[in-house]
Amino acid sequence: MFAYAFRRLIYSLPVLVIGSFLLFWSVRTAFDPLAKLRQIRDPEVIIRETQRLGLDQGILVQYWRWLSGFVTGDWGVSSRTSGSVKPMIQSALTVTLELLVWGLLFAFIVAVVLGVWSAVRQYSFSDYALTGISYLGLALPAFWFGLILIQFLAVWPQQLFGWDEPLFFFVGLTSAGEEPTFIDTARHMVLPVLTLTVGLVATWSRFTRASMLDALSSDYVRTARAKGVPRRRVVVSHALRNSWGPLVTVVSIDAALLVGGLLVTEQVFSIPGMGRLFLDSLLAGDAFVLLPWMLITGIAVIVLNLVADIAYGLLDPRVRL
Amino acid sequence: MAEVTAVAKLPSNGRSKFLQRFIRHRLALLGGLTLLFLFIACFGAPIFAPFPKNQQDLLLGPVPPSFEHLLGTDDLGRDYLTEILYAGQVSLLLALSVALVSTAIGVLVGVLAGYKGGWVDNLFMRITDLFLVVPAIALLALALQGLGRSPFSIVLVLSLIGWTYIARVVRGQVLSLREREFIEAARVIGANDRQIIWKHVLPNLGGVIAVNVALAVASAIIIESTLSFLGFGVQPPQTSWGNMLSQASGLIGTSKVYLLYFPGLFILIAVLAVNFVGDGLRDALDPRSGSGSMQGRKRK
Repeated sequence: MFAYAFRRLIYSLPVLVIGSFLLFWSVRTAFDPLAKLRQIRDPEVIIRETQRLGLDQGILVQYWRWLSGFVTGDWGVSSRTSGSVKPMIQSALTVTLELLVWGLLFAFIVAVVLGVWSAVRQYSFSDYALTGISYLGLALPAFWFGLILIQFLAVWPQQLFGWDEPLFFFVGLTSAGEEPTFIDTARHMVLPVLTLTVGLVATWSRFTRASMLDALSSDYVRTARAKGVPRRRVVVSHALRNSWGPLVTVVSIDAALLVGGLLVTEQVFSIPGMGRLFLDSLLAGDAFVLLPWMLITGIAVIVLNLVADIAYGLLDPRVRL
Repeated sequence: MAEVTAVAKLPSNGRSKFLQRFIRHRLALLGGLTLLFLFIACFGAPIFAPFPKNQQDLLLGPVPPSFEHLLGTDDLGRDYLTEILYAGQVSLLLALSVALVSTAIGVLVGVLAGYKGGWVDNLFMRITDLFLVVPAIALLALALQGLGRSPFSIVLVLSLIGWTYIARVVRGQVLSLREREFIEAARVIGANDRQIIWKHVLPNLGGVIAVNVALAVASAIIIESTLSFLGFGVQPPQTSWGNMLSQASGLIGTSKVYLLYFPGLFILIAVLAVNFVGDGLRDALDPRSGSGSMQGRKRK
């Protein structure tokens, strides 16, 4: 298995290198690192800076210098905040990971429960109702859903009952100037997590339902029932046990989608995570933040895919890695 | 005993299967009609809209929905229903062009990769790998920041990033088609590659392509609105459902919050309708996929 993981990582290296080069190239052509200096109208400065930063050299040389800097931990200085890039990304990543972990956990559990529920009750009213709801979940723009949640779960009840503060907060992940308590964090977390996961819950629960239906109609489930295993146990430890593998794969395929969801969610709820960092840097043309950002999310997605494949192997002994 | 029959029944009996298919196809019909209605309403806006485009009534200002203004008016006193109908022209046209262009690219690449195999196929698979790694929204935003935000560049960028999904599907289909007897027979009687692709492969892809166009329209509408919200969509003064929605996003908690509901509802209805049509097409194409519809569908 370790050999497999190692081989996979080696294979994905070229993808990363080529991808990051294309990225570097496009960012270099789209954004001028000296844009601020051009306002000075002193040709001397421009020429000096061009030479100092090596901008007159070939794109490959520039890329190589940036990449070796990245690998050795020198990520450069943000042109937007003039701060060092590395701590910026680190702090954004910590915030985002918190949101991501809760989101994934929530989406996965809810999707599995709903999927199993409607598979076991196929063609019942609740099955149709859940199908309808998941159609809605897929047809909503996530940011609109988030805004509607804020209006109906936070602002409107607050206005209605005249509370001092809303039941669920919708700015940031912690209250300013207070020690973060569990309750406080939870009240900040509810709405962003719902916004982040609405599409995922819809897709994943549909998928769980489909693979559960497959499993429930298979011969070994019928055998288990025939020899008298209780229905509940058949569902959980025979049918569901066999649906884990495909489910984990779908979750990993949606990893990149999740990052896209972060962009929207963090923008709606003003959460200072990776999504916000990306948008702010993009609007300011801050190439030194964009490049490591892209590379890190790329690596994260690749690692997630790998973890999912390994998990598939562990969950389904028939699969040899 | 009762429980045993319950499990044995799970593969479903004939009547409920029929019922389910009937309902789904009625949904597809409903979706199609809704879509037709939306198209007529939006593109016939000069005739159907209750007020002329951009007619301001500054003295009136923003009023909530009433009989005179069904969806209320915005800050400048413009009738919101009229604005939404005109914005729908941009949203629908944009989504439709993205769907057509990305499907065209995807089919072209998918057929080539699946039919030719070898290095073409390899190269293609690596490119789609690349697209799977980078979050699409981030890439889109990056490209639009570089290219500007005209509707043309939005269509271009969305299509250039959206083709990979259909290309994968088409490639898979072509791989299995290639081995079928009728293709072999065509080759035996001396048809060349071009004839085989145009006469035998492409007609068999019709269903897949139709389904994909529908799904691509749905995701393009959502992505356009999301990009608008993030600041990379259609720019004012041109309006789309997406940027109407994003302009209204600051109105939460105010008395004008109704402006936030309606563009979103239009997006929701349009996307639902397109999805119903897509699912109906898929079911008509492959009745076996009945129970598991909507799986394998991905939003970008």
